[in-house]
Amino acid sequence: MIEVSNLRKAFGKVQAVDGVSFRARDGEITGLLGPNGAGKTTTLRMLYTLMKPDGGEVRVDGVDAAADPLAVRRTLGVLPDARGLYKRLTARENIEYFARLHGVETPQLHARREALVDALEMRDILDRRTEGFSQGQRVKTAIARALIHDPRNVILDEPTNGLDVMATRGLRQFMQALKAEGRCVLFSSHIMQEVAALCDRIVVIAHGRVVADETPDALRAQTGENNLEDAFVKIIGSEEGLAA
Amino acid sequence: MKALTVFLKEVKENLRDKRTVMSALLYGPLIGPILFVLILNASVTRELDKAEQPLKVPVVGAQYAPHLLDALKQQGLVPQPPVADPEAVVHAQDADVVLRIPAGYGQAWRRGEPAEVELVYDSSRRDSSAQEHRLREMVQAYAQQQGLMRLVARGLPPTLAVPVVAVGRDQSTPQSRAGLMFGMLPYFFVLTVFLGGMYLAIDLTAGERERQSLEPLFANPLPRWQILLGKLGAICAFSLASLVITVVAFAVAGRFLPTEKLGMTLDLGFAFGGRVLLLMLPLLVLLAALQTLVAAFAKSYREAQTYLQILMFVPILPSMLLTFAPVKTADWMYAVPVLAQQIGITALLRGGAVSASQIGLCLVCGFAVALVAVLATAWVYRSERLAISA
Repeated sequence: MIEVSNLRKAFGKVQAVDGVSFRARDGEITGLLGPNGAGKTTTLRMLYTLMKPDGGEVRVDGVDAAADPLAVRRTLGVLPDARGLYKRLTARENIEYFARLHGVETPQLHARREALVDALEMRDILDRRTEGFSQGQRVKTAIARALIHDPRNVILDEPTNGLDVMATRGLRQFMQALKAEGRCVLFSSHIMQEVAALCDRIVVIAHGRVVADETPDALRAQTGENNLEDAFVKIIGSEEGLAA
Repeated sequence: MKALTVFLKEVKENLRDKRTVMSALLYGPLIGPILFVLILNASVTRELDKAEQPLKVPVVGAQYAPHLLDALKQQGLVPQPPVADPEAVVHAQDADVVLRIPAGYGQAWRRGEPAEVELVYDSSRRDSSAQEHRLREMVQAYAQQQGLMRLVARGLPPTLAVPVVAVGRDQSTPQSRAGLMFGMLPYFFVLTVFLGGMYLAIDLTAGERERQSLEPLFANPLPRWQILLGKLGAICAFSLASLVITVVAFAVAGRFLPTEKLGMTLDLGFAFGGRVLLLMLPLLVLLAALQTLVAAFAKSYREAQTYLQILMFVPILPSMLLTFAPVKTADWMYAVPVLAQQIGITALLRGGAVSASQIGLCLVCGFAVALVAVLATAWVYRSERLAISA
């Protein structure tokens, strides 16, 4: 479970995140929807303690991120906006490096890696160096290394960015599986259809603030629009930066 | 210790990078010794050749001074056919020096006046000065000998014409003469350490950020100082390997240097190498931290490369200083990193001893400064800005 209350962050004079609060529950997929530049990535970066908030609080499974960032990082699996792999290492070596950094013991490492390799359908690329990987292969490897320590909470920043249709479909199924395992899945997106299709709960962010935090159905009811796309546009107040 | 995991991964990854391996373990450490052998061999051979070879000089007006010419031939001169225009020949570099005997030579000689002979040469050509020198010495030896014989012929003691004699008492030893020649050697060791770690320092901070892998790395549950420690360790491992290769290469190259022909002794053996390694240890850590610190401020790989190439000139300064403005070495100098290595290695080359207290001072102060640099780098590593790729 990830709880965020009144989170704030400014870069110089720009207030990137301005009092964001929401809750992502276990066994649910929570979507963070907003146009480009709404503050999604900055919010997530504060969740996985890469950045310190100017104000507000982040709690992951009840642990205060400001007080014990290492404990929080241990319970999180993170696919950041930057998903650079080590191109001179194979996919397997990339995954094992992060496993060692998480302190995963060898037997668990093997079991967990096998499970992820099957779930992500990446056995054919496992022993290839990641230089020259396609965007989809890179994302698969980055997700596998982010989840190798079997985290309860999963944060994915725009996971389908740059993926083709088949890769996107596979990734959505994978996220459903994570949810079915009872994990807390939080992901950001600027694609409305994706959020609508996947999420149990949608948190809409615009200009650094939460403008809606509802189930898809409630969102439709609240705005009086049958079509989610129209509902979003109504909430955000403009069509800028969103993709259908 | 998770820093060890970081260290092992960085070493493995960089051993797979051809450019890093070639520059850290091949070009970097070997170019110094090879250059040394080549340059020294070439210059030594040339000097020896010139000293031993007969001196071939075109002589104009040989018929005016047959006696002089016979004396010069005995000293090793091989007269060449006269040339029409000595100045033009020297200018065209067809001859290093031309001896011209004016028609009035015989007349002056018979009158007991100083008889002139001319040496036509170009002092701005370094090559020709050795020949000019030899010829001048030959002529002067002849002149002195003839002068003394004139005194004897007049019943005067020949010592009369030599009121003062300057006798040199050279205090140099064969080793110290070598030290003079190898003044730049300490800088080679410093440079090797610098180059050995440079590509890694860039790659592990600026490169990793540019490839966007620093952010995922920082999402792992280990403090950043441990990540930094692993990375510094990897840089030090590469620069140490680089240094060891250079030291061994110099030890081997030392055997092929014709130093004894120049009356020098040069001991670049393993006792010397071991002490060099010891003196260099603090510098290894200091340079790794400084390189990482500088690379952390760069926005890209290329920018970091530019900064580090500027940083590379800093260790040259003590070498330059000591070459152009020689100062008397003092104990406090062993407390200053880079300078300590410079004077310490120079002292070893000159065959002088470096005392245990001097080595201790070098190590303690060197590591203290290195620790400050590491802490400063750790402080920069904590910044939010570092992880975020543009």
